[in-house]
Amino acid sequence: MMTNVHLATALPEIILLSGACLVLMLDLFISDRKRDYTFWHVQLVLLAVLCAVVANIGAPSSFALNGLYVHDYMGDVLKIAMIVGASLLMFYSHDYLVERDLYQGEFFVLILFAMLGMFVMVSGANLLALYMGLELQALCLYGLVAMNRDSARSSEAAMKYFILGALASGLLLYGMSMVYGATGALDLIAIYKSSMSPGVNKTFLVLGVVFIVSAVAFKLGTVPYHMWVPDVYQGATTPVTLLVASIPKVAAFAFALRLLVQGLQGAVADWQMMIVLIAGLSMVVGNLTAIMQSNFKRMLAYSAIANMGFMLLGFAAGSVEGYAASMVYVLAYLMMTLVSFGAILLLSRAGFEAEELDDLRGLNQRNSKMALVILVAMFALSGIPLTVGFIGKFGVIEALITSRFVWLAVLAVIASLVGAYYYLRVVRLMYFDAPTSPEAITLRRTPFVLLCANAALLVVLGIFPQTLINICAKALSLAS
Amino acid sequence: MTLSLAIWIPIIVGIGVLLLGAYNDRTAVRQLAIVGAVLGFLVTIPLFLGFDSTKAGVQFVERLKWIPAFNIEYYLGVDGISVWFVLLNAFTTVLVVWAGWEVIEEKPAQYYGAFLIMSGLINGAFCAMDGILFYMFFEGMLIPMYLIIGVWGGPNRVYAAMKFFLYTLLGSLLMLVALLYLFNKSNGSFDLNAFRALKIPMEAQIYLFIAFFLAFAVKVPMWPVHTWLPDAHVEAPTGGSVVLAAITLKLGAYGFLRFILPIVPDAARYLAPLVITLSLVAVVYIGLVALAQTDMKKLIAYSSISHMGFVTLGFFVFSELGIEGALVQMISHGFISAGMFLCVGVLYDRMHSRNIADYGGVVNTMPKFAALWMLFSMANAGLPGTSGFVGEFMVVLAAVKFNFWIGFLAATTLILGAAYTLWMYKRVVFGDVANENVKALTDVTPREFWLLSLLAVCVLAMGLKPGIFTDLMHATVTDLLAHVAKSKL
Repeated sequence: MMTNVHLATALPEIILLSGACLVLMLDLFISDRKRDYTFWHVQLVLLAVLCAVVANIGAPSSFALNGLYVHDYMGDVLKIAMIVGASLLMFYSHDYLVERDLYQGEFFVLILFAMLGMFVMVSGANLLALYMGLELQALCLYGLVAMNRDSARSSEAAMKYFILGALASGLLLYGMSMVYGATGALDLIAIYKSSMSPGVNKTFLVLGVVFIVSAVAFKLGTVPYHMWVPDVYQGATTPVTLLVASIPKVAAFAFALRLLVQGLQGAVADWQMMIVLIAGLSMVVGNLTAIMQSNFKRMLAYSAIANMGFMLLGFAAGSVEGYAASMVYVLAYLMMTLVSFGAILLLSRAGFEAEELDDLRGLNQRNSKMALVILVAMFALSGIPLTVGFIGKFGVIEALITSRFVWLAVLAVIASLVGAYYYLRVVRLMYFDAPTSPEAITLRRTPFVLLCANAALLVVLGIFPQTLINICAKALSLAS
Repeated sequence: MTLSLAIWIPIIVGIGVLLLGAYNDRTAVRQLAIVGAVLGFLVTIPLFLGFDSTKAGVQFVERLKWIPAFNIEYYLGVDGISVWFVLLNAFTTVLVVWAGWEVIEEKPAQYYGAFLIMSGLINGAFCAMDGILFYMFFEGMLIPMYLIIGVWGGPNRVYAAMKFFLYTLLGSLLMLVALLYLFNKSNGSFDLNAFRALKIPMEAQIYLFIAFFLAFAVKVPMWPVHTWLPDAHVEAPTGGSVVLAAITLKLGAYGFLRFILPIVPDAARYLAPLVITLSLVAVVYIGLVALAQTDMKKLIAYSSISHMGFVTLGFFVFSELGIEGALVQMISHGFISAGMFLCVGVLYDRMHSRNIADYGGVVNTMPKFAALWMLFSMANAGLPGTSGFVGEFMVVLAAVKFNFWIGFLAATTLILGAAYTLWMYKRVVFGDVANENVKALTDVTPREFWLLSLLAVCVLAMGLKPGIFTDLMHATVTDLLAHVAKSKL
């Protein structure tokens, strides 16, 4: 593997990097009024990356860059989801940014670089590559959270995020160094082999695992490393919240899978119990705290904590089936988050943030289509059948029961019940309460049509989930 | 095909009605809704005509792969039990759409759309022979019902809708865990027939029983998890109350027969005393509670709980007479409670009050209405010749055979039922005209008259010729009892 460079395998990342640099340069010469050029340029870059990923999707798994980089089916699927998500995110955010004078080139450039970091997280096959990806993504996100410089809340959130994030990175590096000490390797494959062998130094390995799991839990925003989530979600401008809430979760899933399953499978018994605890606590704390929120973004932040806990249950099951269920879950969650935050973005108008729950009062009478879209998202998040949210939960619970974690499955459904309460409260506000002002809300056509399509996807995939399940099952059976 | 049509016609027309709502044309919305409801009913008629009453298994089977990854199938079929509920549901949908004709002013498209979609989903739940398919329909139904109560209900509707949703969700989520356990046990199948053949150890059976029991007991509803029902009923619009009482409650009881009795019979027999006790509490205690109500809808809601106690009692004495009696009681209660709620709806539309105290002497101004309501009240009290008598009598008979004192306690319902129903009827209808408002009442419109008459005919027909109903279900019930008698340990 020593002279195995194969640059072409990493074509999507290369295009993304060049595209990002190009946008950075171009934007310097574009006046504020013509910023739409930047916008379309970014979309083009994403399209090119998408083509590069799709072109190579069926190819067998292969390594590149001397084993730092792995190209496999799972990575491709996740990348496609991330690209589509990012593209939608920009469409939803466009008007919001324009109305608030935040429509700047930096926003797009930082997103592209963050995407690059996340791509590396998805495709890293070496501890250092994974770490680099994580840092690149995190630094861009810190910048994005702080983007609204005039807002004290934004700055505070960015500061919290940065300090805690740096701490988590430190933990991760520390853990990686221990794993390196125990196994003598940085490549995941070598770590895997070594961790399975009886001669490995168990003490170091387990200590390393503890730190790595903590860092993963931080990146996913799960209890007890969840403190940053609500503040960042609320403090950041809504497009950035949407970004933080959606695509990095997918990357963090891949990151966790690469490290824990592909690398540290030998210590599965050790990390499994930690994951069980983290997942259980996240579901309980996230759902219970969400009930008390009056801010929609903050509520969705706690909901994210609970959802990531639920997603981790698939890892807790410790089976290929469980990991596949987690992947379905995380993709479903990506779609649901895009719809719910997209709706907030579209409902916000110049000088008006639609982020308090009370702003949704009587929405059904002011714009019944938008109310229906949010209704679908909320029922999907609470895991009611005929939506993709149910399919995600179903797969995870099924994997848990197969792995004989029946009590955990019962805890999960009870936590879902608590979750249903606050999602329903949103529906209640929209449908049952009288509107605060009678005037109808009109929405821009293009983003709204996309949002409707996105919401329709939640239902369609809920009724015909077979393709999604198959893709994830195939991805994980190849990856494990 | 018949079953798929029965499920999807209402759903598709319902979506159509929702879309039509954008054009703000109320007449078109109503017309499309009634066409959908009638069409949905017409396609179920072949079920009745073509049903082979000598066979015990499911008929009109449709079986397709749906989600192969989990071996979930689109597997539909009806047996002698479920066929009645599909018919009853399709019939009730027509009534409900018709009953809302001039009454629903606010967002009629959403109202009718929700009802039609719900009707299709309920049909699906009754026809599903695959555990997850059942679960999907069973849960999906909550969404339209939640909106119906919450949007078109009375003053306290938000509380009622939330309570309704969360109560039922708790039960059904545990059922999901139970289904997944059975899925593992049966080596990867959600086929309900495969579940029946499983050998399950006693401890697991008891856990499964608890999970299923919670899901269905909440829906029935049994004492002490009944408290959502009076709230939901009182706050729901008339149509919502009718569907709740006539159909969704039956879905809970149906679950007992479809899941608990054949799949975990040993646990069912072991825990039968518990269920029988809860049923008797429902019959006697809730009967007394009904007596104390001042709100007509609440009174009928409590009377529903009491009557459903009879149903669960009939199931758990494990005899042919008991189960058939309980089934007859379920169907009959569907007609009677629909009639009762529609009658209260007729009054409510005129007076905007459900308080018994606000009425008195209605017979003087609304004689036709009084006559029709009389019939439903008598049926609710279990008067011979009406459908209410047949089921109660069969269940009491079966209970007496099982244990005299259980039968004795159950029979008190005949007294209590008569007491609360007829006392309410007396206070509202008889006597002198109570106030100016009552004096100003006008008798039933032709629409209301035909609506109530249709139900009245059903009540009488079922009371006079219950054989039509029991003949069709006989083979299925015998087969079910054979399953219950066999130990699955």
